[in-house]
Amino acid sequence: MNLTLHKTCLAALIGCALTAPAQAQAQWQPTKAVEIVVPAGAGGASDQMARMIQSIVLKHQFMKQPIMVMNKGGASGAEGIMDVKDAKGDPHKLMVGFSAIYTLPIAASLPFNWRDLNPVAMIALDEFLLWVNSETAYKTPKEYLAAVKAAPPGNFKMGGTGSKREDHIITVALDKIAGTKFTYIPYKSGGEAATQLVGKHIDSNVNNPSENIAQWRAGQVRALCVFSGQRMVYKDKVTKDQSWADIPTCKDSGVDVEYQMLRGFFIPSGTSKDQVAFYADLLKKVVATPEWKDYLAKQALKDVFLTGTDFVKFLEKDETFHVKLMNEAGFAHKK
Amino acid sequence: MEQNSPPRGLSHGAMDAIAAACIFAVGVVMMVDNHRLGAGWASDGPESGYFPFRIGVILCAASLVVLLRSLFGRHRNHEIFVSWQKFKPVLLVLLPTAVFVLAIQFLGIYVASTLFIAAFMRVMDKSGWVKTLLVAVGVNALLFWMFEMQFMVPLPKGPLEALFGY
Amino acid sequence: MDELDALFHGFAIALTWYNIGMMVIGIVLGIVIGVLPGLGGPNGVAILLPLTFTMSPTSAIIMLSCIYWGSLFAGAITSVLFNIPGETHSVATTFDGYPLAQQGRAGEALTASFTGSFFGALVAVLLITFLAPMVAKFALKFGPPEFFAVFLLTFCSFVGTGKDPFKTIISMMLGFGLAAVGMDTVSGELRMTFGWSELLRGIDFLIVVIGLFGIGEILLSMEEGLAFEGKSAKINAKVVLETWKKLPRYWLTLIRSAAIGCWMGITPGGATAASFMGYGIAKRFSPNGDKFGTGQLEGVIAPETAAHASGTAALLPMLALGIPGSATAAVLLGGLMVWGLQPGPLLFVEQKDFVWGLIASMYLSNIAGLIIVLSTVPLFAAILRIPFAIIAPIIIVVCAIGAFTVHSAMLDIWFMLLFGMVGYVLKKLDYPLAPMVLSLVLGDRAEAAFRQTMMGSRGELGVFWSNSLVGTITTLALLMLIWPLLAFAWRKIRERLAGETT
Repeated sequence: MNLTLHKTCLAALIGCALTAPAQAQAQWQPTKAVEIVVPAGAGGASDQMARMIQSIVLKHQFMKQPIMVMNKGGASGAEGIMDVKDAKGDPHKLMVGFSAIYTLPIAASLPFNWRDLNPVAMIALDEFLLWVNSETAYKTPKEYLAAVKAAPPGNFKMGGTGSKREDHIITVALDKIAGTKFTYIPYKSGGEAATQLVGKHIDSNVNNPSENIAQWRAGQVRALCVFSGQRMVYKDKVTKDQSWADIPTCKDSGVDVEYQMLRGFFIPSGTSKDQVAFYADLLKKVVATPEWKDYLAKQALKDVFLTGTDFVKFLEKDETFHVKLMNEAGFAHKK
Repeated sequence: MEQNSPPRGLSHGAMDAIAAACIFAVGVVMMVDNHRLGAGWASDGPESGYFPFRIGVILCAASLVVLLRSLFGRHRNHEIFVSWQKFKPVLLVLLPTAVFVLAIQFLGIYVASTLFIAAFMRVMDKSGWVKTLLVAVGVNALLFWMFEMQFMVPLPKGPLEALFGY
Repeated sequence: MDELDALFHGFAIALTWYNIGMMVIGIVLGIVIGVLPGLGGPNGVAILLPLTFTMSPTSAIIMLSCIYWGSLFAGAITSVLFNIPGETHSVATTFDGYPLAQQGRAGEALTASFTGSFFGALVAVLLITFLAPMVAKFALKFGPPEFFAVFLLTFCSFVGTGKDPFKTIISMMLGFGLAAVGMDTVSGELRMTFGWSELLRGIDFLIVVIGLFGIGEILLSMEEGLAFEGKSAKINAKVVLETWKKLPRYWLTLIRSAAIGCWMGITPGGATAASFMGYGIAKRFSPNGDKFGTGQLEGVIAPETAAHASGTAALLPMLALGIPGSATAAVLLGGLMVWGLQPGPLLFVEQKDFVWGLIASMYLSNIAGLIIVLSTVPLFAAILRIPFAIIAPIIIVVCAIGAFTVHSAMLDIWFMLLFGMVGYVLKKLDYPLAPMVLSLVLGDRAEAAFRQTMMGSRGELGVFWSNSLVGTITTLALLMLIWPLLAFAWRKIRERLAGETT
C-alpha cells in the first residue's frame, strides 16, 4: 500500500515541478511517513492537539504520506525535545512545542535552545486560569488571595503539572502579588491537578481551559480569572450560566499577572526553507478548517497564527520573558 | 559489568564476591551523585537525593555483608560457578546477540535480524538453506509489514530500506 | 432498576453486525499488541487510534476498548511460554506460569490465566454497571498520602524475606535505584544521568524486565545444555475443559484478586501494582502459598484476575469523572475529543448511548475475547514444539524490537542486553529478581507520592494517619509487612497454650 503511495507521491512531485512553479504551494513534499513528536504523555493537552491535527490532515487528505503521533514525554518532555534536536536534517519530524522549550534548559541545565530547531509556525496561544473548588466561598481572585494572606504562609496548596514549569512560574508570581507563599505541589499532569482540586486535596490550580473544562461544566470547580491581557472571545455558554468570555481577566480584578503559552511547531535544524514552507503551508490549511475552529472554541485556545520571522520574533521575546521569570523565581539550575 | 568470561574454575563464592563488589561500587556512585543534589530533609520534605542516597547506603552495607560472607563465611561455596564447557554455549548466544545489536545500528533492524536468525539456524540447528531463508526472511517480512505498514511504528532502518523509500 | 433498562438499551446499540465485527478486529489486534513485549495497552491504543477517526464514537470506542481487552488477555501468553512478560502487568504471571510451561502444562496455565482474566473483567464490569456514580466519588478521596499508602500496601503485601535477606534487600534497592535514574519530576532535577542526555528518560521497567527475564532466561537455558529439540507440550482442545474443572477450587483466590483489582483500578494504583498485590496476597493467604513459584495454577490466576479487573475498573473513573484511571484510559479520553465528545462528569448524562453502548460492549467483548484467546491456546502451546535453535533467535529479535519500541531508542536495546547478562549472573547467584522488578515499577511513583505528601504536610509524617481512609491503608500495609512475624508469634502462642493445657 505504501509503495503505491510512494509512487503517486513521486508522480505528484514531478507534476508539480513541471506545471506550476509559480504556485504558492511548497516545492518540497515528504517522501515518507511524518512523525509528530509530542514531548508529553498520551492524553495531555499537547497530545490531544497533535492527534486532532493528525485527524484533520487525514480527513482532508492534506498530505499524501501518512502522518503519525509519537509520544516522547520522558523527563517532563526533555526526551522528545532532545530527540528532535538530535535528528538534524530530518524533515520528517515535526515537534509540538510549548513553553518547556525555554523552561527545561534553564531548570535542568538541558543542553538545548529553541534555536537548535527550525521554527515552523505558532498555531495558538493557551490561556491559564485561576481555579478553586466550587464549594468554597471565593468569588474573585482578590478574595481568594486575601484569604491566602490571612492564613499562615504555606497553608494554601496550589497544584500544578510539574516543578519549575508554567504553573509553578505563575504560582510564584501570585506569591509576590499576595505577599505570601503557596505550597506548590507538582503532579504529573494538569488532569491530575484538576481531579485533586475536585477532591479538595489542593486549594487551587492554574490549569489551562482544556484541563479543567470537564470539571467546570460539571460545576465542581470555579474559574476566578484568566491570566491574560483581554478576556477570552468564546461567548457560547459552556456551563449553565457562564461562557469563557464571562471570566474576567486577573489584571482587571486587581491581580496583575499575565501569562500565555505558545503552541507551536518545529522541525529539526539543518532542514531547508522549502521544507519549513511545506509544513507552514500544511498547518495553514489545518487551521483554516472548521474542525480546527471548533477545536479552538472547545479548548478555549487563542487563535493566533504566526510563521517565518514573525514567529521567530515572538520566540525571542517570549524567551527573554521566560528567562526573566525563571531567574526571578529562583528556578535556574544551581551548578 | 561483572559477567565477562570467567576463567576455568572460578568458584561460586568468588563470583559472589565479584558481584557484591560491583554492587558496592554502584552504591558508592549513587551516594556520591545524590549527595551532590542534596540528600537532606528540607522544610518541604525530602530533597531530590534523599531516597537515592539512602538506597546507596543500604546497597553498600548489604553488599558488604554478602562480600564478607562469600570471602570468609563458613558456608562458602567452592563449586565452580560455571564450567567452560557449559559457558561456551552461553557465549555462543551472547556474542552473536551483541553483534546483532551492533549491526542494527548500521543495517537497520530488519536486515540485521534476518542475518542473525539465518546464522543462528545454520550454526545451531544445521537447518537447510531453504528452511533457513524461509524462516529468516518470512519472520522479518511479517515484522516489517506489521510495524512499518500497519502499525506505523518506525523501527531502526538502514540503507536497504532507504532504497525502497522508507 | 434504571441501570438495567439503560444496560439493555446499551446492548441494543452495541449488538449490530458492524460493532461485533469491530469487536473481533479489536480483540485480535489487541492480542497481537499484547503478545509483543514493549507495545502495550497505552501505546497500542494510541497507534491504532487513527483507524477510528472516521467511525461513529460508539463503534470507535468499542473497537479501541477491545484492543485494550485483547492486550490485557494476551500479556500472559509470552509470560507463560517464554518467561517474557508481553505487558507490564503480566510480570507476576511469569512466576508460576513459566514453571508450569516447563512442566509441559502451558495449556493449563494459559487457560487458567485467560479464565481468571475474564472473571476479573466480569466483576469489574458489574461494578461499573451498577455502582459507577457511587464508586466514582470514592476515587476523588485519593490525594498524595492515600496514593502512597496504596503503593506501600502493594509493596508490603508482596515482599517477603526470601532465602537470603541480604540478597533480597540488594535486589530491592537496585530496583529503587534504577527507578530513580532520570528526571525527578517533583523537583525537576536530573538524578544519576551523569550529564548523559540519553539517560534523561530514565531506565524503563519494561526494558529491564525484557532483559532480566527474556534474555537472561535464554542464556540460562543455553547453559543447562538445553533442549535443542522442542518441548513436548500437551495440546488438545480438552485441556481447556480439564482446567475449568479445577478452577472452582480456587474460588477464594478468584474473588480476592477480583476485589483487589477493582480497588486498584478505581484508586488508581494500576494493573501492574494490582497484579503484584494479587499474587502477594494469594501467596500469603493460600494454604499452599509456600509452593508458589514452582508452578501453581493459583499463582497464575491470582495476578491475571487482579490485572484484568483493575484494567477494566480503570475505565470507571474515566466514564464517571473524566479522570483517566490508567495510561490507556488517558489515551481513550484523548480519543473522545477527536470523536467530538467532551469527557467529564457529564458524559453519563449527555451521552447515554455512548456510555451504555460501551458498558454493554464490555460484557460482549470480554466473552468474545475469552472465546478467541481460548481457541488460540493450542496454537500457542504448539509454539513450544518449535526447536529452540529456531525460536531462540526469533525471541531475541522480538525482545530487541520490544525494547526499542518503548522509547524508540537504540540505547535501550543495549540496556536489554546488559540486563540479560546481569539477570543471568544474579539468577545463578540466587538473587531473587521479583523484588527488583516490583521496586522498579513502584519506586518513582511511590517516591513522588511521598514527597507530594510531605510538601502538603510540611514534613509531618502524621499525615499518613490523618483520616480514616489513609490511616486504615497505612496500618494494613504495616500489618502486612510484619505478617510473617505475627503468624510466627501466633503459632508459638498457640503451641504454648496447647502445651499448658495438656
